[in-house]
Amino acid sequence: MSKFAKKKDGDLPAVSTASLPDIVFMLLFFFMTVTVMKDSSIMVENTLPNATEIKKLEKKDRVIYVFAGKPTREYESVYGTETRIQLNDKFASVGEVGSYILAERAKKPQEIQNVLTTALKVDKDANMGLISDIKQELRKVNALKVNYTTFEGDAFNNLQ
Amino acid sequence: MPRRKGAPEVNAGSMADIAFLLLIFFLVTTTIETDAGLDRMLPPMEPPEDNVVIKQKNIFTVNINKNGQLLADEALMDIKDLRAAAMEFLDNGGDGSCDFCKGKRDASSSDNPTKAIISLKNDRETKYATYITVQNELVGAYNDLRNRESQRLFNRDFVSMESEYLNPETPSSVREELKDKVKRVQELFPQKLSEAETSSN
Repeated sequence: MSKFAKKKDGDLPAVSTASLPDIVFMLLFFFMTVTVMKDSSIMVENTLPNATEIKKLEKKDRVIYVFAGKPTREYESVYGTETRIQLNDKFASVGEVGSYILAERAKKPQEIQNVLTTALKVDKDANMGLISDIKQELRKVNALKVNYTTFEGDAFNNLQ
Repeated sequence: MPRRKGAPEVNAGSMADIAFLLLIFFLVTTTIETDAGLDRMLPPMEPPEDNVVIKQKNIFTVNINKNGQLLADEALMDIKDLRAAAMEFLDNGGDGSCDFCKGKRDASSSDNPTKAIISLKNDRETKYATYITVQNELVGAYNDLRNRESQRLFNRDFVSMESEYLNPETPSSVREELKDKVKRVQELFPQKLSEAETSSN
């Protein structure tokens, strides 16, 4: 009856860790594919205001970003403390917004050039004068779809 | 001594460690976030061909001054009351042509939700945060009314329908069905929010 001989108790079989690298690699590939490296560093103060009635910006390839706010402390000595516009990696004047939008639009594939959204990421302490100027520029180049990017939260917190 | 075994086997025991290291790096650098915000359409640069005459009673003017104070329809107003006031204006149905409106049917206010226009004006020195709050309240007024009608017609909130419709992961068969519903509700309360050019004084 050696076939049914009782196993010697006491020594648990070791769990095989041979598949551990496979699992880890699977996770690794997942995170590698979803990672988006930041392509531009923000050089302006960018505390967005809060809002509740927000819509998500789907499809990141259809979005052009425009930042505005006071230059951060590093850049204060060079660019002052007035609210500035940042396009890509550099500060820009209001007049450059239009040509920037056109240049970005030309980079996109033909079929989505008409459905682009301009995301305005503006610091909550900015004045509306600058925003109005940006909006005016956007109208000039017919980039009419804008999204005022905000955080989700009670809008009345903005007033404090 | 001659080699008999061929190439020696490489020890793969540390592969897991290396993979872990990479994994942790990507874990830390990943940001899975989507931006969100208030969607708005700017008016086109060239004015429309025909000069449309809009009755003054169909326009609800909201003016924000540089101190963040609000002038809505010629009266000083707190921002907290703006949503209710805008809803009352939109939902008024003054000429009786709107059969779903639940407003006061005040003859001196808007005729029909499709004719009602909210005009938003701001000063150059208005704070952006205040402006966003006001925008949020006005969009909220539209959304509240649309939710009400959507609940009545389809037993479902407009906002949730719209977000499902706009979500690219929704299957297209569901999207087609939602499209008509979303359109229908949007037509009942079209979002006519005009942003006039900023006054400089």
